[in-house]
Amino acid sequence: MRLKSLAAALALPALGLAFAAPASAFCGFYVAKADTDLFNDASKVVLARDGERTVITMASDFRGDVSEFAMVVPVVDIPTEEQIHVANPALIDHIDAYTAPRLVEYYDENPCEIARRQKMMEDMAMMPAPTAAGMMEEAEELGVTIEAEYEVGEYDILILSAEESDGLITWLNNNGYKIPDGAEETVGAYLKRDMKFFVAKVNLERHDGSSMLRPLQVAYEDEDFMLPIRLGTVNAEGKQELFVFALTREGRVETKNYRTVKLPSDMDVPIYIKDEFADFYKDMFAHQVEKQNGKAVFMEYAWDMSWCDPCAAEPLSRSELRELGVMWLDEDTDDDMRPGFGPQPVDAFVTRLHVRYDAETFPEDLEFQVTGDRSNYQGRYVLRHPWRGDYGECEAAGDYAVSLVERWDDEANELAKLTGRDFDAIKTKMASLGYSDAILNNVSVEPKEKKNWWQKLWGN
Amino acid sequence: MDAVARFPFRLYRQMDADPRHWQVAALGGLFTLSWITSDFGVTLLTLCLSFAGAMIAQLLGTTISNARDGNPFLYRFEWKSALITALGITLLLRAADPWIWFAAGFVGISLKFLVRIDGKHIFNPGCIGIVTMMLLLGNKAWVSPGQWGQAPLVAGYAMALAALTLSSAKRLDIALGFLLGFAAILFARAAWLGDPMVIPMHQMSSGALLIFAFFMITDPRSTPDSRLGRILFAVMVAGLAAWFTIGPNVRGAPLMALAALAWTTPVLDRFLPAHRFQWSQPRSAASPKQLNYSLMPLQGTKETHP
Repeated sequence: MRLKSLAAALALPALGLAFAAPASAFCGFYVAKADTDLFNDASKVVLARDGERTVITMASDFRGDVSEFAMVVPVVDIPTEEQIHVANPALIDHIDAYTAPRLVEYYDENPCEIARRQKMMEDMAMMPAPTAAGMMEEAEELGVTIEAEYEVGEYDILILSAEESDGLITWLNNNGYKIPDGAEETVGAYLKRDMKFFVAKVNLERHDGSSMLRPLQVAYEDEDFMLPIRLGTVNAEGKQELFVFALTREGRVETKNYRTVKLPSDMDVPIYIKDEFADFYKDMFAHQVEKQNGKAVFMEYAWDMSWCDPCAAEPLSRSELRELGVMWLDEDTDDDMRPGFGPQPVDAFVTRLHVRYDAETFPEDLEFQVTGDRSNYQGRYVLRHPWRGDYGECEAAGDYAVSLVERWDDEANELAKLTGRDFDAIKTKMASLGYSDAILNNVSVEPKEKKNWWQKLWGN
Repeated sequence: MDAVARFPFRLYRQMDADPRHWQVAALGGLFTLSWITSDFGVTLLTLCLSFAGAMIAQLLGTTISNARDGNPFLYRFEWKSALITALGITLLLRAADPWIWFAAGFVGISLKFLVRIDGKHIFNPGCIGIVTMMLLLGNKAWVSPGQWGQAPLVAGYAMALAALTLSSAKRLDIALGFLLGFAAILFARAAWLGDPMVIPMHQMSSGALLIFAFFMITDPRSTPDSRLGRILFAVMVAGLAAWFTIGPNVRGAPLMALAALAWTTPVLDRFLPAHRFQWSQPRSAASPKQLNYSLMPLQGTKETHP
């Protein structure tokens, strides 16, 4: 009896959301830099959270026959029509681009120039300059109640409650929502927690005919800050891909019931990665997931929304943030408004989390918590363009050529560690592009003795 | 040669002279684990800050109460307790600003001296330090229960169990009472919901839960004196923590539950009286020192007999 009341207490306040992801409900993901489909079947979710107020934006890059599109999301409260909204898909692309892992490039200077300048200016250290880079009746028979029915944008939305998971699943399947086999237990668990089901389909009459579907948004208040993912793992083929963009006033968002780790960042990688950044990111992510035994949530970006460095895309504007659900922007009365003076600082912190999951590695729904940590973090990979010229021109140029060869070794090593690719294959590829010790062939300077650290220290 | 052969035994005896030695060793191990394996883990700075806060409060509290009681200046200066409190705070508390760790240590130990019933402090210092910061500062102070990977977790459990079994404080009852009570609720709930059992298993494998169960709720000084009282206490904390977790989603649920139920310790002590635990007592006075290297010191008890 005690237990029952415990469980009931859980079910009441929770408004959780999950994707049934029937076959192709969500797919496609574009990274800013590469602008290529990287991860198929990826769901993208923006969560704006302040206290208990939450706005969830669920995006899909669904392409194809829109009559096939369906979305099944468990919720607890029955939202009113005003709490549901459709957003501009460009918003998701923008926040995706702004937070995407990025490449930065640096160009080495002519080492002879540097040596000359150093001679002139004695101890001045030089830094290379960075550059940027008949429903009702059937329902009743099956014990399913249609609690509310809305038409929002191109979507027909129903809020369903049910007595039994079997009845609900039968009803959903009969009405064109493809619920995978084996979902009874998961659906049943949500129903026992007194949750309702938010289901959406595209109304072809109200759809403008484009293959692009706009993201659906729901505003709600709840103590729980979570994202039910279990329906998506039922009978899923392979791993699911999910991106969560969390917007808060206070700081970074982390998962409470799963380990959050930072995607390795700030490595020097070979120049050729520039042409295959998408593949690099994909391989690296897969390798890092493997290293964590598939059991971690990756933080790819955490940053104050007022700025970026380097910017993969401009920060989101106030109106964009507002549309994504950042409800506190206009509430801060002490905000000094300075219209017309460029972008204003906004009190919003974004966290980009990337999860690859299945029922085995992520058995439970994702639970988040907002932290007060405002440290900036970004997935950033560095390309260093060598200076090309006559390495025999001066002694410094010869030294530089030797250091280049060492640097390229390090870059190959970093790439191998990040992606799990074969070190020798990387070296071969680099050599074919002119990044190998072959550059030393033309260097006429005699190989110098390697200096001891104390010699480097005091220069004697 | 003889001295070398005897060294392990001497070391063991010295470690075992005070159960807190084992605790410090285990917590130090967990600190290292977190330091190595977590991106959002402990740092030396946070340890130093919480230790400084705890030590200053311990020093102030000790000298003031000694001055009042007419004891020597540093009589019973329990710096080891302050160290354990600091380690617990560093391992569990995450904060937006460095001063928060210092404040947590200071507040935790201060409340140990200020809030006492029958001469026994009722709040676990580490727990109340963290809880105070979370309540006062909102999201600027938090607990990250998910930040321990699976492998470190297994190692952590092994270390914690070893430390507690070896420790002569004999508080395994309360750790197991809490963990079993908490697990029972989660498993029963999963069974009722029809969830697969991997879900409660996953919920139980939290590093923060481990540290809480083995190093916080087990504190002999702020838990009931009798075994029955301790088990009752552990089960109550487990129940409240489970409700906090699945009900209103309270942050740092086990810590909040322990702080909220601290008042029951003096009540349980009244109804189920037993010998009061003391950390360091003149052991040699109680039992004449034996210079044999018995491997069975676990049989000994360190509870005082008034």
